[in-house]
Amino acid sequence: MFLNLKKPRIFGLLSNKAGSNHWWNQRLTSIALIPLNILFLYTFCGVIDGTYEQVLLTYQNPFNFIVAILFLVITAIHLRQGLEVIIEDYIHTKLMKDTLLLSSRIFCWGLIICSVFALGKIAFSF
Amino acid sequence: MSLTNTDKRPLSPHLTVYRTEVNMITSILHRITGIALMLGISLIVIWFLGAALNSNIFNLVSVGINSIFGKFIMLGSLFALWYHFCAGIRHLIWDLGIGFDLETVEKSSYLVVVFTMILFFLTLYFLIKF
Repeated sequence: MFLNLKKPRIFGLLSNKAGSNHWWNQRLTSIALIPLNILFLYTFCGVIDGTYEQVLLTYQNPFNFIVAILFLVITAIHLRQGLEVIIEDYIHTKLMKDTLLLSSRIFCWGLIICSVFALGKIAFSF
Repeated sequence: MSLTNTDKRPLSPHLTVYRTEVNMITSILHRITGIALMLGISLIVIWFLGAALNSNIFNLVSVGINSIFGKFIMLGSLFALWYHFCAGIRHLIWDLGIGFDLETVEKSSYLVVVFTMILFFLTLYFLIKF
């Protein structure tokens, strides 16, 4: 599981099995994305039409780098969690459900790997 | 037991018997915008990949994203992002057990739309250069 922070036992209302863990992890990523979304947009909107050099310089700044990498990775995790809920809600044939769940996981892992690679290469190339 | 008989039984969420209300729209839009944002996040990651690889690939991606069609998609994603953001915060407030009665839900539905507009136009005004 991603982000296995210990969830609070809210007056014993939550069960301690996997379902509530999934629920709690989705809340964690949502809360984390509130400030990250604003910080990421603040930088990103400024350089979306920038030149190659401008973009590299912007994301070599440690603060911008950390915000961007956290935003993209946590967004990908949040996306996987959201897609999982939607697929489980609407798709009821086992083969289709499993295929979609697996492809959504592969897609989100792809996003994570690509963004870590890209930002890492940008930040550490001088 | 015949399977054909069970197939004709009405299925549990009788969506068609309800009059359309703002709550239904805002609720399903949260999921729709969530899925639609896959496109936006993919384009952003491709943009970063281009910047990581070399200036030729970056320029190709940048021209695409800054074309009229690309701008249309990115601005649409921005709107969807703010909608998902506001509706998501409403979900987090619901998770605290606040605002469940019908009257508040209807009011907060409109509030989500209003805040989405405000945040969208604030971003357009302060952050986007045209």
